[in-house]
Amino acid sequence: MDGVAVGSLYALIALGYTMVYGTLQFINFAHSDIFVLGAWVSYTIAVGLGYALAGTQPPLYAGVLILVAAMATCGAVGFTVERLAYRPLRKAPRLNVLITAIGVSLFLQNVGQLKWFFGTQPQRMPSLIEDTILARFAGVQVHLVDLAAAGIALALMLVLDWLIFRTRLGRAMRAVSHDTSVAALMGINVDAVISFTFVLGSSLAAAAGFLYAMKYPGLNQPAHATWVLLGLKAFVAAVIGGIGNIRGAMLGGILIGFIEMFGAAYLSPHLRDIYVFSILILVLLVRPSGVLGQAVAEKV
Amino acid sequence: MRSSRLSPRLPLAVALIVSLASCGVGGAKSAGGAETPSGDPILIGHFGSMTGSEATFGQSTDNGIRLAIKEFNATGGLKGKKVELKTYDDQGKSQEAGTAVTRLITSDKVVAVLGEVASSLSLAGGRVAQQYGVPMISPSSTNPTVTQIGDMVFRVCFLDPFQGWVAAKFARENLKAEKAAVLYDQAQAYSKGLMDAFDKAFKEMGGTITTVQAYTGGDQDFSAQLTTIRQTNPDVIFVPGYYTDAGNVSIQVRKLGLTAPLLGGDGWDSAKLAEIGGSSIEGSYYTNHYSHQNPAPEVQNFVTKYKTDYGQTPDGLAALGYDAARLLFDAMGRAPALDGKSLAAAIAATKDFAGVTGKITIDAQRNAKKAAVVLEMKNGAPAYVTTIEPPQ
Repeated sequence: MDGVAVGSLYALIALGYTMVYGTLQFINFAHSDIFVLGAWVSYTIAVGLGYALAGTQPPLYAGVLILVAAMATCGAVGFTVERLAYRPLRKAPRLNVLITAIGVSLFLQNVGQLKWFFGTQPQRMPSLIEDTILARFAGVQVHLVDLAAAGIALALMLVLDWLIFRTRLGRAMRAVSHDTSVAALMGINVDAVISFTFVLGSSLAAAAGFLYAMKYPGLNQPAHATWVLLGLKAFVAAVIGGIGNIRGAMLGGILIGFIEMFGAAYLSPHLRDIYVFSILILVLLVRPSGVLGQAVAEKV
Repeated sequence: MRSSRLSPRLPLAVALIVSLASCGVGGAKSAGGAETPSGDPILIGHFGSMTGSEATFGQSTDNGIRLAIKEFNATGGLKGKKVELKTYDDQGKSQEAGTAVTRLITSDKVVAVLGEVASSLSLAGGRVAQQYGVPMISPSSTNPTVTQIGDMVFRVCFLDPFQGWVAAKFARENLKAEKAAVLYDQAQAYSKGLMDAFDKAFKEMGGTITTVQAYTGGDQDFSAQLTTIRQTNPDVIFVPGYYTDAGNVSIQVRKLGLTAPLLGGDGWDSAKLAEIGGSSIEGSYYTNHYSHQNPAPEVQNFVTKYKTDYGQTPDGLAALGYDAARLLFDAMGRAPALDGKSLAAAIAATKDFAGVTGKITIDAQRNAKKAAVVLEMKNGAPAYVTTIEPPQ
C-alpha cells in the first residue's frame, strides 16, 4: 500500500521533469525544490488557517482548499522561474540552461531557509484527513491517507492525460515538443505553451508535496538533505519510463515506489536508495530510452 | 562566434579580482586582531548546529553559554577582563564543524572552544582543536571516542555506555520489559554507541533483544523497519536517535498500531520532540542529563534566570552549555596563563565542580562521571520520573 501511495507521488513529480524535458530538452533541476516548496506552502497555509496540531479535525474542504492554494502558489513560482531564469536562455547552449537550473535550485533551497519564509526548524504538518485504517488483509493495513494520496494523484494524472491528448492546448504542447520552430511557424505561441508547461509541472509537484506532507507529517528542514533525494528518485522514474513521455513517467513513478517499498520490506531497508538507482543503471544499459521511450536520433 | 566566446571571461576576471581583493581585506583584519592588547576582551569560541534538523541543540547550548558569560562578566570577569563569545553555525555537518573550529582558532584566536552536541561533530571539531593545541570542552557529546582524540578535548557530561546502561536498567526494572527492539540511526556515532551499550546491558540484565533495525538520519519512511519490529512484539522500543527522527518514528509506530513505549537518549531533549511527535510521543521515556523539575536551589535559580532571559524552559543542553562555560571560567581563574597547555591542565584538575547538571569531576580520561535522570513525555512536556546513579 505504501508502494502505491509513494509511487504515485513519484509519478506526479516525474511528470514535471518529463514535460519540461519534452518541450525544452533540458533537465529542470529546480523541480524537486518546487516539490519541497509545495509541502512547506501547504504547511504554512494550514497553520495560517489555524489548524494547529492539537486542534479539532478540520473539515474536508480545508484539505482541498490547501491543496489548490499550494498548487496555485507553486504554479506561480514555476511560471516566474521560467520567465526570469530560463526564457532569457532560450537560444543559449543547453549546458548554460542546465547550470542555471542548478542555480535556481540552490536559490530556492536557501531562500526557503530564511527566517521570513520557512526557517531552519523542522515542523509538524497538521493532519487534515483523519488517519483511519479502512481495511486489513494478510497483515497489510489500508490507511485512508495512503488511499487519498494515491487517489488524488491518480485523478490529477488522468486530468493531465486528458489535457495533453484531448485538448487543443495539449496538441499545441505536443507540437512544441515535437519541433519547436515548425510549431512556431504554424502559429503556435511557443512561449505561452512553455510557460503553461512549467505552471502545470510545478502545480503537480506542489500536489505531490502536499500529499507527501499528509503521509509523513514531520517536515524536515533544511530540506535538501532528504527531500531532494525524493526529487532525484522521481527523476529516475522519469528516465526509467522514458524521459519526455508522459505515460512513461506515470509508469516509472509507480514502478520506483514498488521497488523501493518491496526492497525495503523483503530485502533490507538499509539499501532502499540503492535498489532505485540500480534499476536506473539496469534500464539505461538494456533500454537507454526507457520502458516506453522511443529511440530518437540525437539532433546535433 | 568569437566575440561570444570571449565575453564570458570578462565578468569572470572581474569576479576573481574582486574576490581576491576582499580576501586581502579579510586577512588584514584577522592579522590586526592577533595582537591582543591588554584590556581587550578574552574571546572564547562556540561551534554548534544553529540551523538544521538538530537546530535546537546548538541554540539551547548557545543560550546556556551566553547566560554563563553574562553572569561571569557581571561579577567582574577574569581579573577585570570581560569574556566574549564567538559562535559559528556548523549546520549539523561534520565538514562545517571542522571549518568552524579552524576559523575560531586561526582567525578569531579564541583561547578555548566550546561545542558540539552531536558526537560526530565534536569528533570533527575536536581533531582540529587538538591539532592547534587549543582546549575544547564538549558540553554534551556522549560518545566515548570524543575525548580519546587527545589531551585538549574534555566533556562535562556522562558517556553513552553509561547512558545505554541506564536505559536498559530503567526498561528492565521500572518498565519490567522482557523483550526490547532497537531502531537506531546508522549515520550517527552517537546512536550506534548508545545502541551497542543498551544491547549489551539489556542482555546482561536478562532481557532479550528481539531485533535491531537501522535507518539513516533524515529518513521519512520507517514502515519497513517498524513492520519487522511489530512482528517480534517487543515490550519496549529503544530509539537512540535525535529528536526530529524520533518524532517521525513515533508517528509511524502508532500508525502501525504498536503500543509499546519508546525509549530514547539525551538526543531527544528538545521542545520540538513533542511538537513533531504530538500525541504519538506521549508515554515514551528518555534518559537525560538533568530535569528542570529538580527542586535543588542551584537548578531552580538557573531555570528562573534562563526563563527571564529567553522566555522558555531550559532543556538539558542549555544546562550543559551553562555548566561547560562556567567550568571553563573556573579553570581560567585557576590557570597561571591562558595558553593551551596551562588552560588544559587547569580544566583537567577540576574536582567536585557544582554544576546545575550535578557535581562534575574531570577524570584521567577527561570525562565527567555523573548520574542520569529519566523523563517521561506527558502532556507535551518531559516530566521527571527517576534518577539513576552510576554503578559503584
